[in-house]
Amino acid sequence: MIFDADAVRQDFPILDQMVFDHPLVYLDNGASAQMPQVVIEAVSDYHLNHHSNVHRGAHTLSGRATDLYESARDTVQNFIHAAYREEIIFTSGTTHSLNLVSQVMADQVLQAGDEILISEMEHHANLIPWQQIAKKKGLTLKRIPLNENEELDLAEGLELINEKTKVVAIAHVSNVLGVVNPIKDLADAVHAVGGYLVVDGAQAVPHMPVDVQELDADFYAFSGHKMCGPTGIGILYGRKELLENFSPVFYGGEMINRVTFEESHWKEIPYKFEPGTPNISGAVGLAAGIDYLSKIGLEKIQAYEQALVDYVLPQLLNIEGLTVYGPKDPSRHTGVISFNIDPVHPHDVATVFDSRGVAIRAGHHCAEPLLDVLGTRSTARASFYFYNTFEEADRLIEVINKTKEFFTYG
Amino acid sequence: MDRLEMLYRAVIMQHSQTPQNKGELADAVAEKTAYNPTCGDMVKVQIKVEGERLDQVQFDGEGCAISMASASIMTELLKGKTFEEALALISDFTKLISGEELEDKEALSEAAALQGVAQFPTRIRCAQLAWKAVEDAIYQVTGNE
Repeated sequence: MIFDADAVRQDFPILDQMVFDHPLVYLDNGASAQMPQVVIEAVSDYHLNHHSNVHRGAHTLSGRATDLYESARDTVQNFIHAAYREEIIFTSGTTHSLNLVSQVMADQVLQAGDEILISEMEHHANLIPWQQIAKKKGLTLKRIPLNENEELDLAEGLELINEKTKVVAIAHVSNVLGVVNPIKDLADAVHAVGGYLVVDGAQAVPHMPVDVQELDADFYAFSGHKMCGPTGIGILYGRKELLENFSPVFYGGEMINRVTFEESHWKEIPYKFEPGTPNISGAVGLAAGIDYLSKIGLEKIQAYEQALVDYVLPQLLNIEGLTVYGPKDPSRHTGVISFNIDPVHPHDVATVFDSRGVAIRAGHHCAEPLLDVLGTRSTARASFYFYNTFEEADRLIEVINKTKEFFTYG
Repeated sequence: MDRLEMLYRAVIMQHSQTPQNKGELADAVAEKTAYNPTCGDMVKVQIKVEGERLDQVQFDGEGCAISMASASIMTELLKGKTFEEALALISDFTKLISGEELEDKEALSEAAALQGVAQFPTRIRCAQLAWKAVEDAIYQVTGNE
């Protein structure tokens, strides 16, 4: 075995509990992952001993809070292999990050007649900001379709990129289909026409090694709470020369060098993009989460999750009446697995699962247009993390069979 | 009977498989649609009235077993009731599925079978969908709230 998931589970107190008299099987990691004890303690230690505001107080606690906050930035930089620490902007999460970059683009790049290219599998957070900008500014929003394997149709995507394409905005990993998208190919194509690549990495960074330089992303967004960190903290990575040239679109304290009633002079990056008091404890927790993940190793985490998928996906595909979305080849599928048990509604599926202690998500997963493409209103979704065991994968199969039985025979 | 069987009682399974009063109602005087944004489900409720009384109540839509059964049972229960009676039943039903004890469950008839929802708080919204819509439709007719 690649590593001992049973041992890792000891680090997550929340996993050790009963739900409806069954041991909890937490398979809703795509929505939010759990925090290990060390992260909870790091956040608690910050509040117990070090809290103050950052970058402004001339006293000991403010110095400590600032050091912790800025050292979290270094941790994030190293984790995603950014070239400079100034390229790391703290936000409240992926949604905030994507709204920030899209507002900058709307304010300083996009003109009537320009094209924005997204894919059919985007989360609402990487769809609605672009859709609304396109509406307001008279831009064309185009989308890369799925191919017959329910993966991104890259060839079609490359066809759609032309000299009018100013932004390609795409998920690194789909939160419904579990596919990994060919980011580098899209980066090369959009850079060749002078456009920018914006990547929604929310479902990628927690599960695989990510190197933003290798991907050649101009902007890369992700959240802390899907990777063992707290909620309310996230990252927008942006290439240094771009961040330096763009102006802020949100304003307030802590982002300026000098202000008069007529003029404001911005601080250097990243601070000009971080107005107001940041989520300091969130940054501390995120850094602790990253340290925890790094200690295990993202390669190991990825390999272990792949082994889980190799084990469970073929079994799912063998269940009569079960539809699995996304690629059927396990090697093309991450641990996000969406399915339907015909003809049972996913909400009813989730309730049967819940009554057996198995936590999954049911609904449209904030990707309604994708579900239209897939021809369904909603799906059930099991999403694995490295602390899930093979026994839990068995419980998933068991409870699917139980659900079929319950709704077929009453 | 475990909690799951308490939730999906036979009467609920029956209504979800063969819903009553489902489909478009011609000449409705009021209609309201309620959405459950977490799953994209929707229920449209249409009513016909005779004075202060619900003459016909019909629903349409797509959804889970709970929302469909609840809508079907609701149409059966409220048909023929005065607005005042209907609003009182809607209020009682909301209490019941939220886990409150009712003095008189009898008046809710088959709708009382949805009591099991209280054990699954994430499903209360599903059970409530059609009842919210019919309440709004009644207020649309009476013009007050």
